[in-house]
Amino acid sequence: MSTKDTYYNKEDLGKFGKITDFQPELGEKFFEYYGKVFEGGALTKREKALIALGVSHAIQCPYCIDAYTTATLKLGCDEEQLMEAVHVAGAIRGGATLVHGVQMMNQVKEKLM
Amino acid sequence: MSVLQSLKKRNHAFKEESAQIELLSDHQGIGISSFQDKIDGLGLFPLTPTGIDVFQVNVGKMCNQVCKHCHVDAGPDRQEIMTRDTMQQCLDAIKGTDIKIVDLTGGAPEMNPDFRWFVEEITALGKSVIVRCNLTIILANPKYNDLPEFFKKHKVNVVSSLPYFTAKRTDAQRGDGVFEKSIKALKMLNDAGYALPDTGLQLDLVYNPTGAFLPGSQEDLEAEFRTRLRDKFQIEFNSLFAITNIPVSRFLEYLVNSKNYEDYMNELVNAFNPTAAKGVMCRNTISVGWDGFLFDCDFNQMLDLKVQNAPTHVSEFNFEALLKREIIVNQHCFGCTAGAGSSCGGVTS
Repeated sequence: MSTKDTYYNKEDLGKFGKITDFQPELGEKFFEYYGKVFEGGALTKREKALIALGVSHAIQCPYCIDAYTTATLKLGCDEEQLMEAVHVAGAIRGGATLVHGVQMMNQVKEKLM
Repeated sequence: MSVLQSLKKRNHAFKEESAQIELLSDHQGIGISSFQDKIDGLGLFPLTPTGIDVFQVNVGKMCNQVCKHCHVDAGPDRQEIMTRDTMQQCLDAIKGTDIKIVDLTGGAPEMNPDFRWFVEEITALGKSVIVRCNLTIILANPKYNDLPEFFKKHKVNVVSSLPYFTAKRTDAQRGDGVFEKSIKALKMLNDAGYALPDTGLQLDLVYNPTGAFLPGSQEDLEAEFRTRLRDKFQIEFNSLFAITNIPVSRFLEYLVNSKNYEDYMNELVNAFNPTAAKGVMCRNTISVGWDGFLFDCDFNQMLDLKVQNAPTHVSEFNFEALLKREIIVNQHCFGCTAGAGSSCGGVTS
């Protein structure tokens, strides 16, 4: 399939590191930072990977979903934990929509007699 | 759920080692490097032994389980069993050598009628014995119920597969009901003193991924397994070995059928670790097949790649010649060099 046929190609995930080809300094700094972020610290690697999986769904990045589904499986997470991470993302996204309902309600109160 | 049968019983194309090698060898077809080129770049080709510390013996392909990922293609229908004569040839081969460990594998090694005799004879030579016990064999028949006591008597290091700490994923790989029986067997081993303080009885678990992905950190997985098994089942173990599934036999079949073969091979190659390549287990191991033939490792055995530059049968075992052999490599070897490396004893780097 030509790369022009679709916006997303599975193979492109493996080429992520190539972003340094066009701008080495910033790309390299990013990957150094990225690597550090996912090291074990106050949070374990496992906890960080589950957060990343949830965020991947919130931002709807297919590359990230692919990468962090594999990463969480590798780190020994089970199916329930993966889905609960997705529900956390869903709850925050849903909540973010609904909390704006208060804004709508405020405006309704201002507009109506 | 239908019970899986061996590739041989199903007359699957992969029952022939040559069909597996043909697929694996076509690295250009899936756009990956050749393993030979990869280690040549490190100055490691031809790959040579560093010693022979471990003598691994496959005492038969018969097994009470039919695991989806089994690289031996073992199962109840497999009749290949090592005879006592061949076992005696193994004993003659290791007697007086520096080989310290004899690692018994199968199938379910305990199903060989001469298994207990063989263990007794090996320990009488002053060698340590590892038994790759699938756990469920202990409960498969009353005649096996005393295995924990037998293992204890001979201070056998029991190494048992438990791919996950829940039934769903364990049973998906190893068959319905395997998890529950494995837990019962682990309790029996603990009751015999295995993995308990000051007993010196070593019980190690093997984690291997229940799908087309590589294992994560062995240290982290060990901690997770310890917590889960202790909290929920009050089970103790010593170490956990994280082992990569090698693309051979039924795991190769699974990869092809699930359309994961190319991605998996790419993942193995991308995770190539030069340090792991230097420490691969074939460099200090000899693997003996059920019929006495010699191989560089258990995986080469399943691909029928016999040792080269040395006599190929245990009846003509030549320690010095084997030390000078060139180890046969192919694309499946990427499984042992990925990430932190993989061997029958877990990570290698």
